[in-house]
Amino acid sequence: MINQGEATIFEKSVPQRRAIRFPATEGLPSSKDGLPAEHRRAASAALPEASELDVVRHYTRLSQLNFSIDTHFYPLGSCTMKYNPKINDQIALGPRFSKLHPLQPDETAQGILEALFRLERALCELCGMDAFTLQPSAGAQGEFVGVLVARAYHQKRGENRTEILIPDSAHGTNPASASLGALTPISVRSNARGRLDLADFKSRLSPKTALVMLTVPNTLGLFEDDILEIAEAAHRAGALLYMDGANFNALAGLVKPGDLGVDMAHLNLHKTFSTPHGGGGPGAGPLGVKKHLEDFLPVPRVVEEAGLYRLRGDFPLSVGRVRAFFGNVGVLVRAYCYLRRHSAKEFRQISESAILHANYLKALLKPAFEAFVDEPCMHECILQTDPKRMNGVRTMDVAKRLLEYGFYAPTVYFPLIVPEAMMLEPTETESKQTLDEFARAMLAIAEEARKTPERVKAAPQSLPVKRLDEVGAARNPDLSWPGRVSSS
Amino acid sequence: MFNPEICLYAKSHEWAHVDGESATAGISDHAQHEITDVVYVELPQVGRVVEQGKPCAVVESVKAAFDVYSPFSGEISEVNAELASHPEWVNQAPHGQGWFFKVRLAKPGEKENLMSFEQYREFIKTGK
Repeated sequence: MINQGEATIFEKSVPQRRAIRFPATEGLPSSKDGLPAEHRRAASAALPEASELDVVRHYTRLSQLNFSIDTHFYPLGSCTMKYNPKINDQIALGPRFSKLHPLQPDETAQGILEALFRLERALCELCGMDAFTLQPSAGAQGEFVGVLVARAYHQKRGENRTEILIPDSAHGTNPASASLGALTPISVRSNARGRLDLADFKSRLSPKTALVMLTVPNTLGLFEDDILEIAEAAHRAGALLYMDGANFNALAGLVKPGDLGVDMAHLNLHKTFSTPHGGGGPGAGPLGVKKHLEDFLPVPRVVEEAGLYRLRGDFPLSVGRVRAFFGNVGVLVRAYCYLRRHSAKEFRQISESAILHANYLKALLKPAFEAFVDEPCMHECILQTDPKRMNGVRTMDVAKRLLEYGFYAPTVYFPLIVPEAMMLEPTETESKQTLDEFARAMLAIAEEARKTPERVKAAPQSLPVKRLDEVGAARNPDLSWPGRVSSS
Repeated sequence: MFNPEICLYAKSHEWAHVDGESATAGISDHAQHEITDVVYVELPQVGRVVEQGKPCAVVESVKAAFDVYSPFSGEISEVNAELASHPEWVNQAPHGQGWFFKVRLAKPGEKENLMSFEQYREFIKTGK
């Protein structure tokens, strides 16, 4: 285990050290000759000077200090940090996919178009939907496209609907996507069982409601067991029902959103369909719709005509383009490989294992951490730290201390309606041994909180980066390297 | 200083100090303690018309961002502009330097929807 911090590349800079020496440019025109004086630098750029070996070692060491799914258990709730099979990367990186140009004629790109076409059909089958667009490049963009589709649908029917109902447990992206799509988000309360409060929901439905956006299972890891009644009430009011499929890892092969009365749903392929993610992407958030919404999907769409796959753009009711070219195709190829390697029955087993693992972990941790809703959960569980029982130790302290035990921390302080929340999603790819080890670490931290709370509150101390001053960083962010780099 | 004991409180943890035709508003001591260190505050514009119970400001801590709801309907008459560069005041003096805004009361009767200091203390303890 590497325990030393790593200096920045700037600190390693040595004057005149180079990876590559360029040939002399004597007699050739210099960039100075053609560049107007006001566009020339007064001093050279303060770039670090290092050898190739310096650079390789530096970045390799940094990568070794990282927590990642390939090195650590990563129970980051709501993110589905499952193992990403390497064969998917190999196939996606193969020249047949990676060397294509997005503007080459359809006839010369039949392989990728067929893969995308088949991916759409397979997602339709898993979700009980009639059509899919693979364009959205993340879950939030899927939501945004869903909002556009809902608006186009109501407009075509001559209805002016401006509101969207969203539970108070929802991911923050839901109201953000709605606002970006010019709908007004209306928050609906959760009930004591952590589900949508039906009475509050019905009181907020109106002729202005365009869309109801529901996450299933919700962010508390609970199945919205009133969903059939919710769907019926929404439809009776003339609204559409959207399902945020961020948590589809609990449903794939078990439940089809289309069977629940859902009109539209997005999936996060980078979560459920196991493509590498984190650090901002790339992702893929395809949107599936029922027949009555198909005409509004973004263009281009992959179609099959006379044995040939084509990208078609002439759909007059379409909401238009939402992204350059055809989405994050590399992610789509990986997801398609993952999909093809598992039968429908195996998808069911994947979901069942994900659910079992979350419930197992929850049962192990219950002696020390409160369960927000004390009943079986789906693929993730929400626990709470009680600072009163733990000498003032909070969830943030537990999360920091966990890093020292060699585990990545769960999602903390979300959902917002749960005080001192911890959201654990173990996924189906972890073994019982890993879950047991993790639970032992969590219970050990709870014990420390009772005996040596200061140790937990000061964590981490044994890692290369100690307790960070998060408040100082947020209040006075200083984003530039202060040191001087030698200029040549 | 806006004496906490004579302030009115919303279930969403804002306090309001009524003074004649307007009220000063901020977030409660309990709220600042729960959300921990405040790092950013977004205030409404003076002149904006707000509604009771509707979001009109944002407070962000290292944990998350939260909406602040107006305790009364009416026009924003003044905001604590210095708070933007001193978000820590929300933690240090939630009923003092950490006040958010003043609202001109359009419907003074709305105070019936708010809690007294004692009721709020009970609400925090029991959730009712």
